[in-house]
Amino acid sequence: MEVPILKQGHYLIASIQSALTDADLSQLREALIERVGRFRARGVIVDVTALDVMDSFAVRTLRDIAHMARLRGAETVIVGIQPEVAFAMVQLGLTLKGVSTALDLEEGLAFLDRQTQLRIERGSGRIDRG
Amino acid sequence: MATKSKDTLPPPPDPQALSESTAALLRELVAHLRQNRTQLREEWARRITRAQLLTAMTEEEIFAEATSVYDNYVEALETGTFEALQAYARNLSERIIPRGVETHEVVGIVLLLRDVLARSLFAKYHEDFDKLNRILDAYEPAANRIANTVAVGFVQERERIIRQQQEAIRELSTPVLQVRERLLILPIIGVIDPQRARQLTEQLLRAIRTNRAKVVVIDITGVAAMDSNVANHLVQTVEASRLLGATVIVTGLSPEIAQTLVTIGVDLSEMATVGDLQGGIEEAERLLGYKVVPQEDVAPKA
Repeated sequence: MEVPILKQGHYLIASIQSALTDADLSQLREALIERVGRFRARGVIVDVTALDVMDSFAVRTLRDIAHMARLRGAETVIVGIQPEVAFAMVQLGLTLKGVSTALDLEEGLAFLDRQTQLRIERGSGRIDRG
Repeated sequence: MATKSKDTLPPPPDPQALSESTAALLRELVAHLRQNRTQLREEWARRITRAQLLTAMTEEEIFAEATSVYDNYVEALETGTFEALQAYARNLSERIIPRGVETHEVVGIVLLLRDVLARSLFAKYHEDFDKLNRILDAYEPAANRIANTVAVGFVQERERIIRQQQEAIRELSTPVLQVRERLLILPIIGVIDPQRARQLTEQLLRAIRTNRAKVVVIDITGVAAMDSNVANHLVQTVEASRLLGATVIVTGLSPEIAQTLVTIGVDLSEMATVGDLQGGIEEAERLLGYKVVPQEDVAPKA
């Protein structure tokens, strides 16, 4: 199943609706990284609220997305990890080190706003946020 | 005398014959105990009082319980089955444990009864030493099993109550409190074992979601000791909270715990730690953008 990617202002939002196969995940990664360039996005939000399991491949893919998007100039935040999923991930040692997380979509958007604002203030961002 | 009685002991008969004669002897024994029920029971109750056992109970209560224990005891001797006695022992324990009756008292009264009955057997058969020997051979194993059953029943019941209370304490001991919008505190008091650590983490994660918390202050002032297991649990809790988008600040690490952690080489560098709860809350407020200013410092409105 293909994950829909929405463009919202300067951000891309990928909302995962159901359990994904490894191929789906790889496809999501490629699509997102490609679109970061195409839409000149500054932020990426991956919403995993619907997932009730997260295996090591999924976690690695999410981390890869974050790192790759950063190389392409966009900040990534993972939102909506369920408490049970978080607990299981930590027990398995899958802790998404170096990747930002937020409670839900709303928090993720607020986080990206703050993050991009900071970059502009530091003078490393693009000229204008519109 | 001693050597003589040893010499007169019969050689062990074959098991089949033994069990048959044992059954006959037990029947005789039970008949004797039934016949002298009133007298033996009173004697027993007297001995209990004299030995100052069951001081938590009144004399009437002791007598009433003694009667039913006596009847159950004789019945167990008669039928050779212990289920009824077991159930009674559990039931009795349930009633007397809340009143502070101790294990030694329960074991003591059962042994007293065993003694009272044995003495009555001595009195009855003292003229026929051989018969007395055989009666005791039949009586002792059964009596021992009964004593065992009652004592084990009592201890099991106690352990059940202890487990129940432990569970209750666990439930009570992990409150997650909201002190400000989006700020939770989790004071941990007592010992952290793996089960409690798990429960604690689950409760915290749920609370983070329901309260939409951004910052959590975990205060471990009340944790007496910490080893690498507990430290790892703490690290896991912090990481799981981060996955939900909340920052965790740990406060109240005592000097002893700080030394232990450094000595055993637990890496807490990923964790934000602040000396005490007050400092932790102040830091959390800063992260959330609150600023607490004393009233007199606020410039009066023009």
